[in-house]
Amino acid sequence: MTSIEHHLEEHSGRSNGLDSTGMDEKHTPWNHIIGFSISLVLTVLALWMVLHHIIHAAVLFGAIMALAILQAFVQLYFFMHITEHHVPQWPFHVWMLTLGVTFTILFVVASIWIMSFGAESY
Amino acid sequence: MLHNAENFASHFFVLGNPMIYGADVSILLVIFGIVFVLTYYKKWGWLWREWLTTVDHKKIGIMYLIAALLMLFRGGVDAILMRTQLIMPNMSFLKAQHYNEIFTTHGTIMILFMAMPFIFAMMNIVVPLQIGARDVAFPYLNAISFWLFFFAAMLLNISFVIGGSPDAGWTSYPPLAGITFDKGPGENFYLLALQITGIGSMATGINFFVTIMKMRAPGMTLMRMPLFTWSVLAASIIIIFAFPVLTVALTLLLLDRLAGAHFFTIFDGGNPMMYVNLFWMWGHPEVYIVVLPAFGIFSEVVATFSRKRTFGYASMVASMIAIAVISFFTWVHHFFTMGAGPGVNSFFAVATMIIAIPTGVKVFNWLFTMYQGRIKMHLPMLWAIAFIPNFAIGGATGVMLSVAPADYQYHNSYFLIAHFHQVLIGGTVFGMLAGMYYWWPKMFGIILNERLGRWAFWFFNIGFYVCFLPQYWLGWMGMTRRMYTYSTGMGWSLWNFISTIGAYMMGIGFVFIVIEVGYSILYGERDLTGDPWDGRTLEWSLPSPAPHYNFARIPEIAGRDAWWTIKEARRKGDPVVESKPFKPIHMPNDSGRPFVLSVLFFVFGFSMVFTWYPLAFVAFLGILISLILRSFEYHTDHTLSVEEIRHTEEAYGRV
Amino acid sequence: MAMADFLVKAPSAGRGPIEYTHEDDALRIFGFWVFIATDMVLFASLFATYAVLYRHVGHGPGPLQIFDVTGFATETFILLTSSFTCGLSTYSMHRGQKGWMMAWMVVTILLGISFISFELSEFITDVAQGATLQTSAFLSAFFTLVGTHGAHVSLGIVWMTLILIQLAIRDLTPTTARKAFVVSLYWHFLDIVWIFIFTIVYLLGEMS
Repeated sequence: MTSIEHHLEEHSGRSNGLDSTGMDEKHTPWNHIIGFSISLVLTVLALWMVLHHIIHAAVLFGAIMALAILQAFVQLYFFMHITEHHVPQWPFHVWMLTLGVTFTILFVVASIWIMSFGAESY
Repeated sequence: MLHNAENFASHFFVLGNPMIYGADVSILLVIFGIVFVLTYYKKWGWLWREWLTTVDHKKIGIMYLIAALLMLFRGGVDAILMRTQLIMPNMSFLKAQHYNEIFTTHGTIMILFMAMPFIFAMMNIVVPLQIGARDVAFPYLNAISFWLFFFAAMLLNISFVIGGSPDAGWTSYPPLAGITFDKGPGENFYLLALQITGIGSMATGINFFVTIMKMRAPGMTLMRMPLFTWSVLAASIIIIFAFPVLTVALTLLLLDRLAGAHFFTIFDGGNPMMYVNLFWMWGHPEVYIVVLPAFGIFSEVVATFSRKRTFGYASMVASMIAIAVISFFTWVHHFFTMGAGPGVNSFFAVATMIIAIPTGVKVFNWLFTMYQGRIKMHLPMLWAIAFIPNFAIGGATGVMLSVAPADYQYHNSYFLIAHFHQVLIGGTVFGMLAGMYYWWPKMFGIILNERLGRWAFWFFNIGFYVCFLPQYWLGWMGMTRRMYTYSTGMGWSLWNFISTIGAYMMGIGFVFIVIEVGYSILYGERDLTGDPWDGRTLEWSLPSPAPHYNFARIPEIAGRDAWWTIKEARRKGDPVVESKPFKPIHMPNDSGRPFVLSVLFFVFGFSMVFTWYPLAFVAFLGILISLILRSFEYHTDHTLSVEEIRHTEEAYGRV
Repeated sequence: MAMADFLVKAPSAGRGPIEYTHEDDALRIFGFWVFIATDMVLFASLFATYAVLYRHVGHGPGPLQIFDVTGFATETFILLTSSFTCGLSTYSMHRGQKGWMMAWMVVTILLGISFISFELSEFITDVAQGATLQTSAFLSAFFTLVGTHGAHVSLGIVWMTLILIQLAIRDLTPTTARKAFVVSLYWHFLDIVWIFIFTIVYLLGEMS
């Protein structure tokens, strides 16, 4: 018996869904498979939309950005288990990621806005 | 062969300037002196065991403090040299190139190698004690942060005698700082030294954020935290999100210089203003990183010496968090004159004006805390009170500068110079000195001499106004920053003369501080109670200096001003008895690896400066190996037995 | 470090996933989340630089001339799959199956290596065509942004290999579990960054 099996057995009383993916009864990682499938679909969709120029460029860019953001949430939810709130860092790591996303958007969007002065001269 | 060596040496070492030769000699003498003293008194082992390998936050804090004071000296000497050159028109005390180098190192050192380590000193020494913790969350990482800063500071300072100092200003704007206009290795020193210290700062930000969020004593909710700890939390959040941007800005400029990239060149599509944009995305939050902990110190000092609770605690917290977030929305006010257009300039002008509101809230809270308090004018309180009019002027001129159209007049004039010295000296330096006086007994068990301290205070404070108020006038009269001389007919002579006298007075003030520290170590009053100021927060419940595990028992916190609450209960005759038994304590092991790792970073940085890539590669491998060795290290802590704790506590008379 | 007795809101030992068993491991996981936030801002700055400079092609080639759809699509699918296998490794860890855990880590590492190989061959092709870091602002920004991600992935490969060795030597313990968990967070995060490189660099390049 490895130490982890011992560990699990010792605390087999838990059924609190601490790891929503790890504890289902059929022992098939359905959540991971679902997450992976969604990420593949989103990627193929974005690629297909761009290669076939299905809509006007500005709208298309908005659409693929939306797909990318969705995809990021898929990773965060299905693989990084961001919504698990029985972990000791809850909810501070979510705050920090939220602030990080805020500043990411700020830095990128504001830089484009600020630096667009006289850009056409290049 | 000999000719080659001569040629190498003449580029490697800075030659031909008598002042630099003087510096060479004094550096060598100091090194010999240190080596001699350590060898003569057989202190090498002590130095290694007690200091170079320590992971104790208090000792790391003390090392930060010493380094910060040394760098304050170096940056201060730069300032004195500059002011001497400007004392009269057409002076030739410094040549133009030398002047360029000195204002560059003055700014760089004061911000990154004086202000930053000074706040890190206060954070390290105080935060774990204030929240009832035994160390920071990651003590080993904390040691790495310190040594990275230390060797980065050495790397920048060595440029003075080897290779030549950077000379493109502390902001290092391209294209002037690009390879086309600045061939020498000086700029490489700047870029690599800042990069290395930046890694350390980022780690410190993460470390203190986690420490404050997760390691508070039971009962200490967020809204029961001392305000200094709150200010460090806010500063840590800014560090976490601002420093990566600096990392990128410096890396890209380094790629331009060393690898021929075209980010900020004026050819092949590069855009120098993008560097300015990135630099201030970090640079503006950075000024709040260095001023927020000062605000926290003023809050502690004002409450303690007014013997009152802080007025408006919740609004203090809210204003600090507001400042931390809004500080990321103002950076364009550093380059309004780029001409980004009315939309951009208006947005960032308004954001800048908004940030004055929470700052104003804080000033009023300090005033109301003092109102009807029984104020004791000890040295920390003196500096705290002197800060308020200072910051009011600095804040008002800041709002003047935030008006974008008016900024076209003020930009890069001495008006700006006067403004930011008023907030950085009046805010950060006054705050750090207040903190140093306030916590000096906690660090060393010695109270700094009051009389000498007052001499230092008055010289520094009066000198400050004499130095910087005339510079507002000079700015209005059209004198721009970074000019190394001026002619007689400008009408600037009188104001420059007065300003220089003020700078000398500040220098005398600093000398008084040095004398005061020396005198107090020899003859100063010893703090035997652990609570010399009748303090309010937990650090004063411990003996001075605190034992290496800080708290023998972790306290239970029942309210704000935790230590004051306990003392009140005792005054009312309700003895709060420490009856819980001692428990064994886990403590982190000391390690020499942070020191070695940082030496390797120094070697890496130094060889990159001179583009000695093979050596850089070897140092890089060494860095990787150090990290791998750490990953394979499992026995990283030890346990203090109950007997050891009881023994130590008995020695303090606390059982 | 182990400062067990005064950690607020920590789970009592043994409850919860294995990587949170000891409080100092829980602190490190939290610290790593905060590090991820800093790394996010690091990439944000590189994305901002790319967004500002990507039209500044100077005399060099533009995105359409150098981006190869098959190449970057392959890289994307490899990295997405590696994120999945990395997730399976954590899943096996939580079920106490050390063998499966290590096997999925090996698969993840191999996928990582193939991703890096494809990226390197893409870079080599670009350089052979005269599109180098020195050519234009666009290419400087492109190589730096994509190269920084590649450097992160390479570091991740080395790191995961080290954890694999430690798992083999020291078995699955709370400490090794925490190390494996942290590297898995890193790996998933790099996948998220790549999604935005795929969208903003490559797909936008194809649209130009």
